[in-house]
Amino acid sequence: MATIRMKPVKTPDLFLECFCISPDVFAGKTPTEISRLEVREGKARNELGDFFDIAGSSGKTAEETDIFIDGDCSRVKYIGSKMTAGSVTVNGNADMYVGGWMKGGSIHVRGNVDSFCGLAMEGGEIQIDGNAQNYVGCAYRGDWRGMRGGTIRINGSAGNDIGTFMLGGTIIIEKDAFIHISTHAEGGTVVIKGDVQSRVGGQMVKGDIYVFGTIEHMLPGFKEIGTVDKNILGQSMKFRHFIGDLGERHPKKKGREIYGNLYLRAS
Amino acid sequence: MAELLIKNGFVVDPSQKMNGDVADIAIRDGTIVEKVGSDAKVIDAKGKVVMPGGVDIHAHVAGPKVNAGRLMRPEDKLFKSPNAQEHYRVEMGFSIPSTFKTGYDYARMGYAFVMEAAMPPLHSPHVHEEIHDTPIIDEAALPVFANNWFVMEYLKKEEIENTAAYVAWLLSATKGYGIKLVNPGGTAAWAWGLNCLSIDDPVPFYDITPAEIIAGLIKTNEYLGLPHSIHIHQNSLGVPGNYKVTLDSLKIAEGVKANNKFDREQVMHSTHIQFHSYGGDSWANFESKAKEVMDYVNTHRNITVDLGCVTLDETTTMTADGPFEHHLNSLNHLKWANTDVELETAAGVVPYVYDKDIKVCGIQWAIGLELGLYAKDPSRTFITTDHPNAGPFTRYPRVIKWLMSQKAREATLDSLKYCSKVIDATDLHGIDTERTLYEIAQMTRTGPAKALGLSHVYGGLGPGLDANVAVYDLDLNNMPTDPEEIEKAFSRALWFVKSGQVVVKDGEITHHGNKRTVWVHAKVRENHQVTRDIQDKFLKNYTLGIGNYPVWDHLAPNPYVIEVDGEA
Ligand SMILES: [Zn+2]
Repeated sequence: MATIRMKPVKTPDLFLECFCISPDVFAGKTPTEISRLEVREGKARNELGDFFDIAGSSGKTAEETDIFIDGDCSRVKYIGSKMTAGSVTVNGNADMYVGGWMKGGSIHVRGNVDSFCGLAMEGGEIQIDGNAQNYVGCAYRGDWRGMRGGTIRINGSAGNDIGTFMLGGTIIIEKDAFIHISTHAEGGTVVIKGDVQSRVGGQMVKGDIYVFGTIEHMLPGFKEIGTVDKNILGQSMKFRHFIGDLGERHPKKKGREIYGNLYLRAS
Repeated sequence: MAELLIKNGFVVDPSQKMNGDVADIAIRDGTIVEKVGSDAKVIDAKGKVVMPGGVDIHAHVAGPKVNAGRLMRPEDKLFKSPNAQEHYRVEMGFSIPSTFKTGYDYARMGYAFVMEAAMPPLHSPHVHEEIHDTPIIDEAALPVFANNWFVMEYLKKEEIENTAAYVAWLLSATKGYGIKLVNPGGTAAWAWGLNCLSIDDPVPFYDITPAEIIAGLIKTNEYLGLPHSIHIHQNSLGVPGNYKVTLDSLKIAEGVKANNKFDREQVMHSTHIQFHSYGGDSWANFESKAKEVMDYVNTHRNITVDLGCVTLDETTTMTADGPFEHHLNSLNHLKWANTDVELETAAGVVPYVYDKDIKVCGIQWAIGLELGLYAKDPSRTFITTDHPNAGPFTRYPRVIKWLMSQKAREATLDSLKYCSKVIDATDLHGIDTERTLYEIAQMTRTGPAKALGLSHVYGGLGPGLDANVAVYDLDLNNMPTDPEEIEKAFSRALWFVKSGQVVVKDGEITHHGNKRTVWVHAKVRENHQVTRDIQDKFLKNYTLGIGNYPVWDHLAPNPYVIEVDGEA
């Protein structure tokens, strides 16, 4: 393994669009070549090296390349987007679209992330030590093809619209979430270990939601069908089992309709 | 005087029966002339193909439904919106490109004129604002008439003269070009949650049939002597077995002769015929009836068609055929927009993915090409994709490639998941016809210009015509063996001269051109009855006053008005 080390040296006035910060792009390039990669700040074209000191070495392939960013990236978008292998570590906060359209490898942000973390992700792992803003693991605006695979773990809490149009994969929020969980989902699993305010599973077709805390307002489209024992993330618990969203179309399997499952921890 | 000389190209211009003759094209002040002086700027076209600027007879490029598509599909722009380049504006989108991208992409393909195929009259100011915002290309728009309360009420009583007076008034009020019919009667029925799936299904409340609306509007069109014929999207679009409805509708034109001073010969233009050439009675036994439909078209000279080729892309469907969009939404469960346009029409928008792994999509793709290959008269059969309904207009070069190369068709056929089922349901696999450059020019230039009654402006390189000239990187004597080279050449013109101005060089935009809006002013005798009826409906039924209805002149700042004397 080889590591490229980046240190922020200048805070952009606007926000930097850094599609290039990915092991796939860095692989096989020298620090000098990497520092010349184009980044956009609004309509202005800049080089990555204008904002970061870049040192170390990259591997031949993405798989053999680690990226370590030592500092604050609160104004840096698209870190690790579309990456297929290797790793990115941010020792600080990051802006929007961390790991968007990611296919493989791993991302670790030691601070907080803004919105759209793991957007339309297909595989790999994202670990956020702090909080996430809105749209964790959701589909791109307007798109009906959301997260398909991989795992996103937020150690803090998250905002609204988590797992919108989700098709597969797992999202784990260790603390609380606000509103709109798995809206329009047709698969995948979302686990909220804390509390959720409302709008859980709206227009959900398929998929699973686990809430360990409370849901302040349940949607009327969900119906309680019993109590189940489940082992989730290594913990065995008793859950109240709801199915829904009954207002949405549902596919049939062997003559039986398939619903979205909402498991709410039994008190 | 701005003079330009395009030298030594292989000129392919069916309007002058030139099939690759090496010749010079001389241009002065935006018009093609016999010759120019020795100071003229010279473009060396030696070894390259020179064609008149393209003419698109049917595309949805401006107006509220196009914009609704843009609004509801931000994902259509994702990774398909290059950052702004030096000489031009930001371009956005794929199936519903921004106005700038629309103008630029047509220009890059060497197109000079585009017909917006369905203008809701009430929203014509929006249509014209967008047309105005689209650079380079000349455009016109067809207002929709076949579900309009005035039209249905007049035609029920067979009042052709009154219908004509109303049509003439509306063309002027909306700066429209001709008479468009979309699902005659069916869209009006949609207001009751119904549809007209055959030409004899009565329209609820109006007590008139689609057949009567079609026949009445043909008569009206020829009564007025408009440059274009009626332009019809028939009933039962996209439904298995609909080819019978298509043939029934085409037969309405039998025996009718064109009456106009614009060299137009047809009395009916039947659009995106691919969507109307379906056999079977369900998606399970869905099959092509391209041969049956084209056999009829081939033997009836007073009909023209455009193809509406499926390009196997993710796209956005949009039509004034409101009930069809509802039906489509129930099939694919994606996003759906629906609107009612007061006394006039309706519209719907639904995204659609023509997936190579779906049998029906493969068959639709094959039907479009079969029609283009079965056509005996390429100058009556035009290349379109019903943009963006069957695919984006930027795929015309790909459609051209498929029509010109059996090898290219077979390669695509092989890439379909249900290749053998598509072969069973269509004839495409057995067709070895390969269209020539001359025929492609008939299908994209001369033919559509003539059908629109615009052959005195577009579609040719004869002296006196508007100087729209495209130079393509194709050597007529040494055509590429790799069909991809054909697609590449037609995607990016080496040069494109629009109204005498060089707007594209090496496939890149160099100038924003001198865009015009073309519309028809039909003069008719004063008709007090119709004037009263219009005032009455604006008082009783419309949500706006008549004074706010017509398109203000400043919304169409560079008009090219075609005068028609409907009194004569
Ligand atoms: Zn159309």
